[in-house]
Amino acid sequence: MTLKGNLNDFSLSQLLNLISLANKTGTLVVEGQSEAARVFFREGKLAYAQFGQEDNSLVGILHKTNRISAAQYRGIKEKSEGLSDKELGLMLINANYFSQQDIFSCLQGYFTEVVNKLFTWMEGFFHFETNLTPPNDMIMVKVSLENIILEGSRRIKETEYLKDEIPSLEMALKFVDRPGSNLRNINLSKQEWKVISVVNPKNTMRQIADAHHLSDLEIRRIVFSLLQAGLIEIVRPIGRHLPVHSPGSLPIDQVPVNKEERKSLIHRIISRIRSL
Amino acid sequence: MQTVKMVVTGPFNAGKTEFIRSVSEIDVVSTERRISSEAEKIKNTTTVAMDFGRITVDKQLVLYLFGTPGQKRFDFMWEILSEGMLGFVVMVDSTRPESFREARHILETFRAYAPTPYIVAANKQDREEAWEINDIRIALRLDPNIKMLNCIATQKESVKSILLELLYTILMEIERQKTYS
Repeated sequence: MTLKGNLNDFSLSQLLNLISLANKTGTLVVEGQSEAARVFFREGKLAYAQFGQEDNSLVGILHKTNRISAAQYRGIKEKSEGLSDKELGLMLINANYFSQQDIFSCLQGYFTEVVNKLFTWMEGFFHFETNLTPPNDMIMVKVSLENIILEGSRRIKETEYLKDEIPSLEMALKFVDRPGSNLRNINLSKQEWKVISVVNPKNTMRQIADAHHLSDLEIRRIVFSLLQAGLIEIVRPIGRHLPVHSPGSLPIDQVPVNKEERKSLIHRIISRIRSL
Repeated sequence: MQTVKMVVTGPFNAGKTEFIRSVSEIDVVSTERRISSEAEKIKNTTTVAMDFGRITVDKQLVLYLFGTPGQKRFDFMWEILSEGMLGFVVMVDSTRPESFREARHILETFRAYAPTPYIVAANKQDREEAWEINDIRIALRLDPNIKMLNCIATQKESVKSILLELLYTILMEIERQKTYS
C-alpha cells in the first residue's frame, strides 16, 4: 500500500522514523503550498533529494553550495555537455579540482539541507513511491536519518519559537529612533542587508520576503536577529487597511463615528462604572 | 438600546472569568468545561468559547464584557470577539512568568485585529510569588506609553479601576484623533 497522507496528521519526523526503522527504499514526494520536493531513500538511508525542478545536476549543486563560481559553473556546464554526473564527478576528481570526499560531502550536505527545509513545512501532502527512483547516472549518497530527525526537530522548535515572537508577517518594520546597541560593532549578513535596505513602515514583512525570495522562516529569522540587535521594531503598516471583519456576528452596535458622540458614550460608561 | 463591548483577553488561567464576574450585573454566562488535558490541570475548569458579562449603563446603553478563551487552540474565537470592541484588557498572571510570552502573542494578535486602545492588567498581585509590575513590563516588552496596572480580579474595586483606566485611555485616544484630524 502506498504510504500517503497529510503533514498535519503525520509529521516529517514520524515519516523519516518509519522509513529508517523499516529500511525502506523509494521516493518520498512532498507537495507543499507552493513547491514540491522528492527525497529518495535506499534501505532506510537518505540517498538523493531535489526541490521542484531545480537544477540538481552535480555542477548545479556545486554552484548552489558555493563550491564553484558562476563563471566556473557556466564553463563546466559547457564542457560537460552529454556527460552524466558520475562521469563529470570522475573528470573533476581526475583533474584534481575536487577529491571524491569533497564531492560526497557536498552532495550529502545539500541533500540533507533539502530534507531539513522540509521540516519547516507545516502543511502539505506526501506519498511514498516504492517504484520511483532517480536516474541511474546521478550520484547517490548514504546518510543515516537519525541526525536529520534530530536537526529537524530543532528546526521545528525554532520555527515555532519565531512564530511566537513574530506572529504575523503582515506587520511592517521601522528603524528604532535610538538604536540600543553600538552600530559600529554590528556585522550584518548579506540577507540581513537585503532586508535592512527595504525597512520602511509601508512594506510588510510578507512583501519584503516575497521581494527577496525568502521563506517565512528565513524572514522571521532575519527580523528576529535585527529586533534582538535593537535596530528595528515591528509596526502596523502605513496605508494598509486592517482585515475587514464580517459584520453582525455578534449583536454589538458600531461605535459612533462622530467624535463628540463617542466621547459622550465613554463618559456615560465611566460614570456608571464609578458608581458600581 | 445601544450596545457596546470591551474584551478581556489573556493566557489560560490569567483570571479573565473572575475579572468579568467581579463587575457583571448578571451571572457571567460562562462556557466553562472541565479540563481534560493533564498539562492544563492547574485549575479545574476553563473557558472554551467565551465569558459574557453585562453592565447596564443607562436606559439607552449597555456595555458587554467578553472574555476570550485562554487556550491557544481556541484562538479562532479571538477575531470574532474583537469585532467592534471599544478597547481591550490584556490580563497577565503575575505569578506565572512562563505565560508572559503567550500574553505578548495574544496582545500582538489583538492589536493586529483592531487598532483599539488597550491596557495590561497584572493580575494576582496579592500573591507572594507575583512578579513586580515593572519586571512584567520588561518581560512583555511593553512600550512605555502602554498603561499597565496591578490587579486583583476577585476584587471589584480593582477591576473597576482597570476598566476606568481603559476608558480614560479610550478618551485620550479620541482626543488625540481630534487633534490630528
